Amino acid sequence: MNNYTISGSPHVHGGESTKKIMYSVIIALMPAFLFSIYYFGFDAVRVTLISVAACVMVEWLIQKFLIKGQCTISDGSAIITGILLAFNLPSNIPAWMIIIGSIVAIGIGKMSFGGLGNNPFNPALVGRVFMLISFPKAMTTWPTPQPLFSNALTDAVTGPTLLGHIKEGLAQGISAQDLIIYENIKDFIYSGSLGEIGSIAIIIGGLFLIIRKVIDWQTPVTIIATVGIVATACWLIDPVQFVHPMVHIFGGGLMLGAFFMATDMATSPMTMKGKIIFSLGIGALTIIIRLWGAYPEGMSFAILIMNAFVPLINKVCKPTRFGNTVKQ
Amino acid sequence: MNPKKTFPKGGVHPEENKLSSDKPIITIPIPKQVIIPLGQCLGAPAEAIVKKGDEVKVGQLIGTAKGFISANVHSSVSGKVSKVDEVMDHTGYRKPAVFIDVEGDEWLEGIDSSDNLVREITLSREEIIERVKSHGIVGMGGATFPTSVKLSIPKDKKAEFVIINAAECEPYLTCDNRLLLEKPYEFLIGVKILMKAVDAPKAMIGIETNKIDAAELLDKIIKGDEYYHGIEVQPLQTKYPQGGEKQLIKACTGREVPSGKLPIETGCVVVNVASTYAIYEAVQKNKPLISRVVTVTGKSVKNPSNFLVRIGTSSTVLIEAVGGLPENTTNIINGGPMMGKSVSVNDFPVIKGTSGILLMTDNEAQPRKVGNCLRCGKCIHVCPMGLEPFLLCRLSKNNMFEETEAERIMDCIECGSCEFTCPANIPLLDYIRYGKSKTGQLIRSRNQK
Repeated sequence: MNNYTISGSPHVHGGESTKKIMYSVIIALMPAFLFSIYYFGFDAVRVTLISVAACVMVEWLIQKFLIKGQCTISDGSAIITGILLAFNLPSNIPAWMIIIGSIVAIGIGKMSFGGLGNNPFNPALVGRVFMLISFPKAMTTWPTPQPLFSNALTDAVTGPTLLGHIKEGLAQGISAQDLIIYENIKDFIYSGSLGEIGSIAIIIGGLFLIIRKVIDWQTPVTIIATVGIVATACWLIDPVQFVHPMVHIFGGGLMLGAFFMATDMATSPMTMKGKIIFSLGIGALTIIIRLWGAYPEGMSFAILIMNAFVPLINKVCKPTRFGNTVKQ
Repeated sequence: MNPKKTFPKGGVHPEENKLSSDKPIITIPIPKQVIIPLGQCLGAPAEAIVKKGDEVKVGQLIGTAKGFISANVHSSVSGKVSKVDEVMDHTGYRKPAVFIDVEGDEWLEGIDSSDNLVREITLSREEIIERVKSHGIVGMGGATFPTSVKLSIPKDKKAEFVIINAAECEPYLTCDNRLLLEKPYEFLIGVKILMKAVDAPKAMIGIETNKIDAAELLDKIIKGDEYYHGIEVQPLQTKYPQGGEKQLIKACTGREVPSGKLPIETGCVVVNVASTYAIYEAVQKNKPLISRVVTVTGKSVKNPSNFLVRIGTSSTVLIEAVGGLPENTTNIINGGPMMGKSVSVNDFPVIKGTSGILLMTDNEAQPRKVGNCLRCGKCIHVCPMGLEPFLLCRLSKNNMFEETEAERIMDCIECGSCEFTCPANIPLLDYIRYGKSKTGQLIRSRNQK
């Protein structure tokens, strides 16, 4: 008589897997990556490859020699952290800085908590903020884009981003209207980190993830709407002190953060109610930092701060129980 | 027909795989021997009233119910009792059973074994419930709860609706679908009997739209005959677990059964299709529950089929009848793939709750690698009870049963939607079941104090 497998129900599975989710995110990041190659040339490839390789390597080493567990790099999450970290960096950053950033992102941001799913903070942002504080000069000097196939000089010109330029200008007492006249904007519109440019490419990737049901649409929409509404209100009240809301919506890391970082599963709340609160918080903090804070860019800080609130949000925002009306 | 409805919260849509939905019910010849387990229902097993050497006839009582939640067991064949011994049933435990060597097919007097339709319901309310009880009718969807208990409405409650669970939301299973298509009149008279038994003015037949042919057939019969007044066909979206009792009530009436309460709180009595048919036979033809329709299916099965089987027939007979056990069979499941139980042997007796036998091969039922919880929240999203499976799983793992109780682990209906969806393949339901049993112990010991 044969003996057959005994297992608890259900005996079938929907087919969704961690790997599929992670590789969907990687695919969704590709349009933005191609866009960055177009604008920053092969420097974009250099930064991204170093960052991805370093992140994967760090995870592999820690898993093998410190945790001594199964190899986990094949799930693709380290690749995502690598790409997202690269997207937060200027294209002319030296390789050793990227490697240090990757060690912090994966080593401290993720593996020290027990790896995928256990990290309270977005690893790529942990790495990015560490680098921003450690290498402030290198991290805030952005090369002006050198699009492929253009006749630009090989020696890259560097400067601040549009948001940085506005922040500085306003501090010097120049009015917002003067700061964003077209002639000025032209130099800055495509300046920034790899992933900050090309909002359209990021939205395309984001839509793919929404259709693929990897992320929900409410999170990015709430964040962008919050930033947009506050920025519009301020601009309507005082157009001298505040720039046009479109600059805030399409400038800086808002799109990248809203679609790819605030939606990170491990570091965002689990119920829709929680996600909305989380997104409102990110949107509000981002625009507060941008308008009144010391930094021109507030997305990474906003997400990290809200990441810290996730356990609390999860505790408060329970799903509505079935049959809740009477509880004995 | 009414517009399509569904339950609002959670749910998944597994591959339907209704391979045998157009296969007519085939009657399996009476085997040489049957093994009739005495514990075929939720609650206490029946007590044997026959002994070795006794002659029995078809429909003769061989085990009497012990206690309130228990059901009578009848002989499904005629012949000689060869022994009363233990047998390993589908649960994998050895349980007492009556072994009968078949001789002929002699029915007990007073049972109408013909196919004649009996429309007129002559029995009174009390007589119907008594008949359902004495004839051993239980919930035939798999839970095997004694139906007479369900029909005995507490004095302070009033039944408004009889809801027939024809959702058959389990993938693969088609036995209810075929029964509706082939015995619609008997089934509908069964519904009328139920309405009379619980004194409900209305009945709803909740049926998923992947069985639209059955829904249309029933609707046509109801509309064409004043006799069936009060019965309605309610089409439901094809979504799992549409046939969960609480989900079905919510979908059909919009009412929610309160946590920890029975369906009668909402004025509903829910009965399965096969049970309704069995009630027709018991009340109108005096025939005890001695046979049922079983779907034998699987992707690698040569000829997935629906069989009318005498209770106690060995599963090997049915597996032979569909073309034998497929090569590389690794899992044999009693029931459907979402809630059925896997069996360690291929030889177990068909009981009242056996709705299907599903054979899965190694390429369908491969064990999946378990990863870390991503905290993606998909399990929360699909839970039809609004629970947090990941949390219940973690708390159960750490033996924190005060907390699992507070998180309403006892509300879990064990539908398995969470585990079906989990990208990290975490055996959520296994942990939750463990947590439920431990939390249940905790509650019981507290209540005893």
